[in-house]
Amino acid sequence: MRPEFEIIQKWIEPGSRVLDLGCGDGSLLHYLKSTKQIHEIGLEIDPDNMEKSIFNGINVIQQDLDRGLKNFQSDSFDTVLLAQTLQALSNPAELVDDMLRIGKNGIITFPNFGNWKSRLYLFTRGRMPVSKFMPHQWYDTPNIHFCTVKDFDALCREKNITVLTRTVVDSQHQGSWAMKAWPNFLGEIAIYHLTKRSGNQV
Amino acid sequence: MSASIPTDSVGLVTPQSYHFDEPLDLRSGKVLDAYDLTVETYGTLNGEKSNAILVCHALSGDHHAAGYHSATDKKPGWWDACIGPGKAIDTDLFFVVSLNNLGGCAGSTGPASINPKTETFYGPDFPVVTVRDWVKSQFRLMDRLGIEKWAAVIGGSLGGMQVLRWAISYPQRLGHAISIAAAPKLSAQNIAFNEVARHSIISDPNFHAGHYLQNNTYPKQGLMLARMVGHITYLSDSAMRAKFGKTVTDFEATGTNFGRDLRTGKLSFGLNVDFQVESYLHYQGERFSENFDANTYLLMTKALDYFDPSVDYEGNLAHAFANSSCKFLLISFSTDWRFPPERSREIVNALLKAGKEVSYLEIEADQGHDAFLLPVPRYIRALTTYLKRVHQELAAHAS
Repeated sequence: MRPEFEIIQKWIEPGSRVLDLGCGDGSLLHYLKSTKQIHEIGLEIDPDNMEKSIFNGINVIQQDLDRGLKNFQSDSFDTVLLAQTLQALSNPAELVDDMLRIGKNGIITFPNFGNWKSRLYLFTRGRMPVSKFMPHQWYDTPNIHFCTVKDFDALCREKNITVLTRTVVDSQHQGSWAMKAWPNFLGEIAIYHLTKRSGNQV
Repeated sequence: MSASIPTDSVGLVTPQSYHFDEPLDLRSGKVLDAYDLTVETYGTLNGEKSNAILVCHALSGDHHAAGYHSATDKKPGWWDACIGPGKAIDTDLFFVVSLNNLGGCAGSTGPASINPKTETFYGPDFPVVTVRDWVKSQFRLMDRLGIEKWAAVIGGSLGGMQVLRWAISYPQRLGHAISIAAAPKLSAQNIAFNEVARHSIISDPNFHAGHYLQNNTYPKQGLMLARMVGHITYLSDSAMRAKFGKTVTDFEATGTNFGRDLRTGKLSFGLNVDFQVESYLHYQGERFSENFDANTYLLMTKALDYFDPSVDYEGNLAHAFANSSCKFLLISFSTDWRFPPERSREIVNALLKAGKEVSYLEIEADQGHDAFLLPVPRYIRALTTYLKRVHQELAAHAS
């Protein structure tokens, strides 16, 4: 189990409907199914991942996120998840809109490009950062829309999205008082709990 | 030839016939007073009777889905690629039921059967049966077999439509609905091809308005033509290129001859069969016409044309599935132009709208509509994995 799951599961209501965009091998939904008895749908395009999702007993639909989510009704899910996928989308802003249309709330996690290690890498070497955590070269990376915590905060403001909770952790998913103080500088992974609904209709 | 029956086959099988006396009210308003269904089963029904899978056949299929009828059979049943010990529909785990649908010509009551009222062939007087009627008769068979709930109902093409109908008509009586290469209803293009097939049969001088059996003949040419047209729609362009383009001459050294292999190596400059594809279609049509009843073919294409479960719900397919409680698995194939992936996605989207549990796979495959019958690796692996899960659920439920 990825430690990130622990943080996410706190925001999931028992028995709720959860849509996971880019569900991978289905392990997050599988975890939420066993801990929160959710009703799940995962979207995925990789055949091997889809097969693993089926093996994990997850409802999985082959669908390319870059072609939109028009086939999903507004308010048809309680929570829509987007874990470590935002940076690989061709139109992330549009997808965030769709997420918060379909779900009463959304959870987004992404690698924070504003982290000090990325800054140091670019500053000292003058080349796009490559690490164990982000192992691709600039020309073969699926990650085409990197952003920082500050960037994402700005997007939320622009779109009138309410940030219910913002957490940053390091690659071991440990948080600290320092990260809370300087999230954009110290956080490696950003985890957001969002909504567009007003009041307490989350 | 018994020595050559493969070890992953269900082996020799014997069809059984079940007689039903209770009249069957049909969608058309007509009534079938009594009928027989011819059935094959593979594997063993467990003590809880919870491991039964119903397999529904497509246009030209029948109850013989797996195994061999005799040791000298050249070919096994139509879905032997998927049904057998250790196969996707694993007969070591499941009890598989396969029947010949009403109106068929492989044993169940149909146009080529004797009408007890007239003591001659039903012929064209056999009532038009619909997918809904078939599923009703399958439901009665289920009761006869003492099965409370199918672990899964599975079918491809027209069989996949029966699966959808099961989920709508008898929502409590199946755990999983697995519909492969299907559509929520036919398109105008689909109906057009069916009409060409029907017209070729009906306009054959040997059709005799459907009473050909009394005249000791049958519309061979019409059936051949119908099958030839149908067969083209089952294959993709790429499948045809691969199948009939094995010989690449120097002249066509680009690496493909677009499936234009010649039968004898040279053109005849006449009306003879020049290309392999022509010869293939003739052979398929010929073989089919000798083994299939023309009235049955007409009925089956009508059942396809009439299928539209949304009609009772003002055209809203999502409403049709409102009461379904099973899980759904939909599978489509990339080069299927008869029922292309977007037709399966229509079903998926209706199920999502209805808030149902659904999985959907779009398999990259060159073989066109026919792919659902073939051992396409990703397809078989996914079906195998899914059904293993179904079996695990049953085991977890029992314990």
